[in-house]
Order: sequence, then structure tokens, then C-alpha cells
Amino acid sequence: MADGPAPSESGTGESTAARRSPQSEAPARLELRHISKSFGGVQVLRDVSLQLFPGEVVGLLGDNGAGKSTLIKIVTGVHPPDEGEVVFGGKVVPNLDVQTARSLGVETVFQERALAEQLPLWRNIFMGRPLTHRFGFLRTGEMRQITSDLMGRSMGFTSAVLTPDTTVTGLSGGERQGLAIVRALHFEAEIIILDEPTMGLSLKETEKLLTFVDGIRAAGKSAIFIDHNIFHVYSVADRIIVLDRGTVAGEFPTSRYSLEELMGIMREVAVGGSYTEAERYRPDAPPPPPLDATPPAGAGPLA
Amino acid sequence: MNEIATPAAVPARPRLSSWTAAWASQIGITTAFILLWLTFIVLAPGTFLSENIYLSFAQTTPFFALVAMPLTMVIIAGDIDLSFPSVMALGMVGFVFVWQATGSVALGAAASLGVGALAGLFNGLIITFVGIPSLVVTIGTQFLFRGLTLVLVNGRSYALVDTQKSPAYDVLVGRPLGIPMEFWWLVIVSVGTWVLLNRHRLGQNAYVVGDNRHAATLMGIPIRRTRIMLFVLTGLMAAFAGLLNSLQIVNFYPGMGDGYLLPTLAAVFVGGTSVFGGRGSVWGTFIGAFMIGGITAGIIASGLTDYYTNLVYGAVILISVSIHAVLQRRFTR
Repeated sequence: MADGPAPSESGTGESTAARRSPQSEAPARLELRHISKSFGGVQVLRDVSLQLFPGEVVGLLGDNGAGKSTLIKIVTGVHPPDEGEVVFGGKVVPNLDVQTARSLGVETVFQERALAEQLPLWRNIFMGRPLTHRFGFLRTGEMRQITSDLMGRSMGFTSAVLTPDTTVTGLSGGERQGLAIVRALHFEAEIIILDEPTMGLSLKETEKLLTFVDGIRAAGKSAIFIDHNIFHVYSVADRIIVLDRGTVAGEFPTSRYSLEELMGIMREVAVGGSYTEAERYRPDAPPPPPLDATPPAGAGPLA
Repeated sequence: MNEIATPAAVPARPRLSSWTAAWASQIGITTAFILLWLTFIVLAPGTFLSENIYLSFAQTTPFFALVAMPLTMVIIAGDIDLSFPSVMALGMVGFVFVWQATGSVALGAAASLGVGALAGLFNGLIITFVGIPSLVVTIGTQFLFRGLTLVLVNGRSYALVDTQKSPAYDVLVGRPLGIPMEFWWLVIVSVGTWVLLNRHRLGQNAYVVGDNRHAATLMGIPIRRTRIMLFVLTGLMAAFAGLLNSLQIVNFYPGMGDGYLLPTLAAVFVGGTSVFGGRGSVWGTFIGAFMIGGITAGIIASGLTDYYTNLVYGAVILISVSIHAVLQRRFTR
């Protein structure tokens, strides 16, 4: 993936000034306070706190086993935290479950995509939230129509043989990812969580996805973007949170850190579990002198 | 991520129309049913062209087809219920007790349905809250419910001749337009099951739970409630089938339902429902039930001895499920 052409990054650079920082006055759309979670004696998350503001895209980076997916499953209500609070718009939500999280505007594109393969597309789009009449009877015609519209408009499925009644088994990897993303979008989510969304996507599909994440911000919504690929994360995130072995190793606004600096920090975290520049940036410390947000030529994200 | 291809570079895979794909195996099984029936007509025209045999099928097949309907949904959701033959009898204990106490067939019928639903609820609660696979739980409750039946009635049979005077009797097992009510009930239950499965939230959730339970968890589907509900429906229909059968033969014996486990499951699988969940069809189960229900009569009427029955059952089941497997593979990729 490293030798493709690097698209222009100027758009991202210019919009940086308008992006929010953790010190913003607006209430956080989502806040995690001192979250801890262990599975069968293994401490997966330890005292993790983070905030997500309206119109902000937060990148979550970390090695396998750093706790990224567990963190996501706590936000989405799949797992309850052992300790700590999940706060939506300033209100603590105890006993968060998936239905509640979805009703609070959290939609997720899961790494495992969460599709039912033998079912038609329309049933996948409306999985868990079907449109119904009274007494739970389905509005199938309406759901098929909406699916058909979404396929043409948002998924770019123009092939005539794909209909809302096609089963997922007939889709390619990219088409499946498109389906999972469109599903997350359709429900007017305020917070969109993308867990490894570029996995299995072609270069072109990846570009489309990253453009789409910029669109989330432009619409004033918020996103958490998780990816192994620091180039992808850097190119769309306003702020990058690095998780390491279940704790937050650091937070880095992309307006203040260059891609190269971040890569250096990531290497140090990977080796030592911490990084020597820890003093350079803390949310309560005076901000360090701004650095050029435009990545150096040749190291373009999305390479 | 080395094999980067633009979408245009990917060769277009042939994709058949969704209609054909969705219906291929149903068309297949319906064709097999028609062929089997034509064979019987050719071999035994005297029997299979007369009205009587169809009136007989209309009475006997619903006994297990009624249970096969909700069972189809249970299997689509990735579970199984082996306890329904015992629930058929246990529900009748409720009938006998209430009917004897009140003299009302209608109240007795309501009691039997209530007992059946409770038995299903019991299955569902143990399966989902204790977390034991439904196969294992219902092997256990199959003995439990049968044992409970035997203990409660002390192993006795009950003559139900007096129920025939009640108007409820005609509603349950009468013969409007000369056709047994059992058949009308089966039609009503089949349509109801189709609507629940394909046009209701319960069916939508059952499909997802059976296809990908992990996805169902992530997308917030009430998995536990869905599974329990399906077991309740199966218990309910098992009791209803037991009620119709007992009233038809005007007798209740505690061993009722024994021997119906495998034909019922066969009807569901012959109809194309996947044992792995996520796929199944009410029409298939309907056809499958009449295939299974017609074989014995077909064998005897064709002049073969009864010894051939199991041989033909086995062949029909294997051929049918093979048709489904082949057509599914061909049309869904």
C-alpha cells in the first residue's frame, strides 16, 4: 500500500484551524471517565478517559491487544465497563446497552462488519432497527425502497443485478464494507465509530472512505476512527489518541504534530511503552509551539 | 494489502436474479413433491385419484405439520426443540384437568395451550439464562415433560367422547365444507408463521440471530427474548396439535406424540431449512410435511409391503436435502 500516489493534503491542512481541541468550551458529545475492563483476570483497559467533541474526528491508534476494540465495545454498549462512566452530552448513562447506545446516536462500522450473509441487503441495513407498523409488523416495501436509494446514492452500487433482495453472499469485500458504512450513516448517527474500516478495501475504496470521514466532520457529527495504518488515521483525524496495553499513552492533535513526529512517538511507545516527549503535550499544559501541520513531501498520508 | 485492484479491474461475477436465487431450492422441492405424487398416482391410481386419501392426509398430516411451522422458525434462529412430542401430551393434561373440573371444552383447550406455552417458556429460559445448547436442554425436558405427564395422570388414558357435544369440538376438529378442521388450522398457522417470519420483527430477528449471532449482539438485537419467544410458540403449537389429535381420536393417552419427533424434523429439513440457521421457508416445510405424510400411504397403496416404508423415507429425505444443497450452492454464489 506504500507506493500509491499521494493525494493532495491541502484541504485537511487548511481546515485544521477550525477543528476543535480538547480545551474547547462546548460539552463533549461523548466522554469516557476512568474506564477499566478486564476479561477473565486479564486487564484489557486501565483507567481510560477520553472525550469526543461535536465535529471532531478522533483517531485511535495502538497495537493489537492495546484495547481499541474493547474500548469501542464499551462505547457501543456491547460490554459494560467494570469501572468508570460513559457520558453522552454531559449525562452519565448507567447500564448502557446496544439499543440505548444506538438510540443516543452511536452507530458503528465493526471490524467484523456484523452482516448476516444469507439475508438480503435490506434486512442487513435495518438489522436491529426495522421500520415497523404497530405490533411489530415490518414496513418491507419502505425498507426495500430506502435500501435501493442508498445503494444507488451512497454505496455506488450501480450494477443492475444487485437489488435490495440480493444476499450479502453475493457482495465483494469492498461492497460489504460499503454496506456496513451506509448502514451506520443511514440512522442519522451523531457519533460514528469506524473500527478498522479500510481493512480489505482497495486503494480507490479507501480514498472514498477517507473523503467520507471528512464529510462526517463537515456535517458537524463526530467520529472515532480506528486503524492500524497511521497514514490513514493522520490524514483524517483532528486528534490522535494512542492506546498502549490498555492505557492512554498520549493524545496528539494533528495540528501540532507532524506525521513524522507521530511515527517516531509510536515507535517509542511500541518499544518502551512510553515516549520521551511525554512532557511536550498534556491537555492542561500550555500548548507547544505550533508545528507545520502539512506532512513533509514524500511522506504523504494515504501513500 | 498488496493486491490492490480498482473496482473496474475486478471481473464482473455473474449474479443471477435474486428471485431465482431465493426461490431455486423452493422450486426444486416443489418439483420433487410433484414428481413423488405423480409416481404414486401412476403406481396406485385407484387410491391417489380418490377423494378419501386426501381427506385422510388433511387429518393426519397437520398433527405434526402444525408443530413443524414454529419449529422452522426455531431452527432458522439456530436452535432446535426435541421436546415437543412430550409437550403434545403435557398440554392435554391441562385440558383433561380443567375440562373435568369445569365441563368446558373451550376452557380446557385454553388450559392446554397455556401449559404448552409454559413448557416452551421453561425450555427458553433454561436455554438462554443457564446457557446450555437447546439440543441438550430439550433432550432433558423431553424426558421431564413426558415424566410429568405420566405422574400427573398416573399413567391413565382418558376417554374424551363427551367433548363431542360441545360446540368448541366442531371449531377444533369439525368438518366444514367436508374438509377436516385440522387442515384449515394448518393453513391458518402456516399463513401466520409466514407472516411472523417474513413480515414481523420477530422473524427479522430470528433470521439474524440464526445467521450471525455475533452480529446480532453487536447490532443490539434482543437475542434472548427472540429465542425464548420462538420456544414459547413451539410449545404452544405442540399443545395445540396434541389437543386436535386427542379430540379427533376422542382419547388421550400419556404416550401421545411419541414417534413424531423425527417425521416433524424431517419435514422441516426436507423443506429446505438450514440446520445451521439463517435460512428456511414456511412453504418448504408445508410441502415437506405432506411429502413425509404421504409416503406411508403411497407405499401401501402402490402394493409394496410396509417394509419398504423406511427405505423410501430415507431416500426421499436424502434426495430432498441434496437438492437444496446443490441449488443453494449454485444460486447464491
